[in-house]
Amino acid sequence: MNTTLKRYAPLESRPRSGTGRLKAILLRWLPSGRTLAIVPPFAWLMLFFALPFVLVLKISFADQQLSVPPYTALLSFEQGVVHIALQFGHYLFLLQDDLYVATYLSSLKMAGVSTFFCLLIGYPMAYYIARASASTRNLLMMAVMLPFWTSFLIRVYAWIGILKDDGLLNHFLIGIGLIHTPLRLYHTDWGVYIGMVYSYLPFMIMPLYANLVKMDLALLEAAYDLGAKPWTVFTRITLPLSKNGIIAGSLLVFIPAVGEYVIPELLGGADTLMIGRVMWDEFFNDMDWPMASAVTVAMVVLLLIPMALFQYYQVKELEGVK
Amino acid sequence: MSNQTNPGHAAAARPAKPDFVKIVNVVKKFGDSVALDDVSLTIKKNELFALLGSSGCGKSTLLRILAGLETATSGSIFVDGEDIAKLPPYKRPVNMMFQSYALFPHMTVEGNVAFGLKQEGVGREELKERVADALDLVQMRKYAQRKPHQLSGGQQQRVALARSLVKRPKLLLLDEPMSALDKKIRQKTQLELVNILNQVDVTCVMVTHDQEEAMTMADRVAVMSEGNIMQIGSPAEVYEFPSCRFSAEFIGSTNMFEGHVVEDEPDHIYIETPDLPRRMHISHGITGPLGMAVSVSVRPEWVSLSRSQPAASYNWAPGVIADMAYMGSYTLFHVKLASGKTVIANLSSSHLIELGSPAYNDDVYVSWAPTCGVVLTL
Repeated sequence: MNTTLKRYAPLESRPRSGTGRLKAILLRWLPSGRTLAIVPPFAWLMLFFALPFVLVLKISFADQQLSVPPYTALLSFEQGVVHIALQFGHYLFLLQDDLYVATYLSSLKMAGVSTFFCLLIGYPMAYYIARASASTRNLLMMAVMLPFWTSFLIRVYAWIGILKDDGLLNHFLIGIGLIHTPLRLYHTDWGVYIGMVYSYLPFMIMPLYANLVKMDLALLEAAYDLGAKPWTVFTRITLPLSKNGIIAGSLLVFIPAVGEYVIPELLGGADTLMIGRVMWDEFFNDMDWPMASAVTVAMVVLLLIPMALFQYYQVKELEGVK
Repeated sequence: MSNQTNPGHAAAARPAKPDFVKIVNVVKKFGDSVALDDVSLTIKKNELFALLGSSGCGKSTLLRILAGLETATSGSIFVDGEDIAKLPPYKRPVNMMFQSYALFPHMTVEGNVAFGLKQEGVGREELKERVADALDLVQMRKYAQRKPHQLSGGQQQRVALARSLVKRPKLLLLDEPMSALDKKIRQKTQLELVNILNQVDVTCVMVTHDQEEAMTMADRVAVMSEGNIMQIGSPAEVYEFPSCRFSAEFIGSTNMFEGHVVEDEPDHIYIETPDLPRRMHISHGITGPLGMAVSVSVRPEWVSLSRSQPAASYNWAPGVIADMAYMGSYTLFHVKLASGKTVIANLSSSHLIELGSPAYNDDVYVSWAPTCGVVLTL
């Protein structure tokens, strides 16, 4: 704050002496406190997000080779000539290879279905919590966050014990006589869906709750007053007004779900196709870093589309133009 | 409602109107606390009725019960002969203009106004026509395609009014209609709102904590305190003839003297009070047994100041000017009496000239006519 005040000091109050003037000039060119405050997070993102991504992007245009590191350089300098070698082959291969296309589609489908079920389960939960009394609200939100106190890996492992053929769930269902042969859940896509919905549900509930809890209840009362029945009030007022919460929650689930590796690896079957697993295989089994990088870049680009759409709608909503 | 510009003084000139809304023995309890303590009230057809009181007096609770947003613990509410106390809000012939307006932010002005009609299943042609008419009424038709946040506070209020009138409710509720507007445009808006309501056939109950607002807009006022109705009457009645200490002190400011009856004649009454060296003479309509404890309210605008001792043997006291404030249209004086009591007097400019230029600590006499005091039983 102090620096800002000094920077905008009126002309006549500017010191005339030599050192004073130098100081004034320096202060004019130094960044203000506000700018300084955003430097650390900005630097963090540059260093640990943007820079690694550029490295991955670079590797995706290289060729695989048996050396350390296991890929070719993009630039080489031979006899006074700079050679730039950009290998687009991996990207072309991604588009042409049926397995890759199928894997991407399958990843999108699995993430999409998981997101849908998270929304279906999460919305009523968030709604109920947001409409509970203030003290109950905090308690229930604590309960939603509680799983984060245990390692993600351990929680997914625990699901194996629940889902496997002689696991808790099948024991229970057979015990109450609902089924006679155990359900095949472990090592199937169903297991992956259950694991993903379970793991990502809090990420759906949190933004939905934040949105619903600050909703002006007078709007709902106004709708009742104007003759709308409870279901109409929900579909015409509550649902449209929570659109941003729905979009934010869905993206928070969808984006990490597309690249999910642990859940399909532990709960999925051998035929569960997900991009995270393919990436792992390329990196660690085939040692094909460039191919793995290309797979990664393609996934990021794929995810940028829904994020850009989200941004677009949010800006449009802020502008409020029809 | 007739086209009177000053509804406060119009009540007497009107033919008696039939009772339209009847609130009978309504009680509302929130847990152990009583928000409404056996309230009964009758509102006439096409009347603009104000519930006036400070926050927590139960006025908003009563309004919400009329809207159906709260249910009364007991009691009934008749609108046009039908008991609506048990109906859900969406089945009542009642619409409300909310304090915050509660316009739907994701709908246009037109969408907001059309919302209520769509719930009724009104046909497309009729819907368009009625929405246009309602927007014309509040002069907002050219803003039909705007979103609420693109409108000023005054415009939002008019859209909210159109939305609550478009369904032609039998009873319109206004919850603190002016509180979201800034002070400058309030007075103008109050008269505009009354004019719009005069053009439509609607009975109206409004809630306000602002006595000026109630006085300007309402035909009749109910003064509420702690879940009870203290007094009902036209603004002029409530101001000039308060029926209890609460309404005398809540509406406007007043000088309150506590004393007891010492002489009771057919045309007047004498009251002695420790606050004043002389007796109080009240010349109108009250009678009471000797020794009865009473309060007398004298409005500041009825109090005169003089340099010389008044001729009468009653209704005056010597004092010292303790405070003065120039208020523009009048000057406010605080005169400290020997008894320690401070009397407030509002003097018009002409009266001020008569008095010479008064200064702090000047000795003056406060006095008032026998017609000016209002006797209130404790």
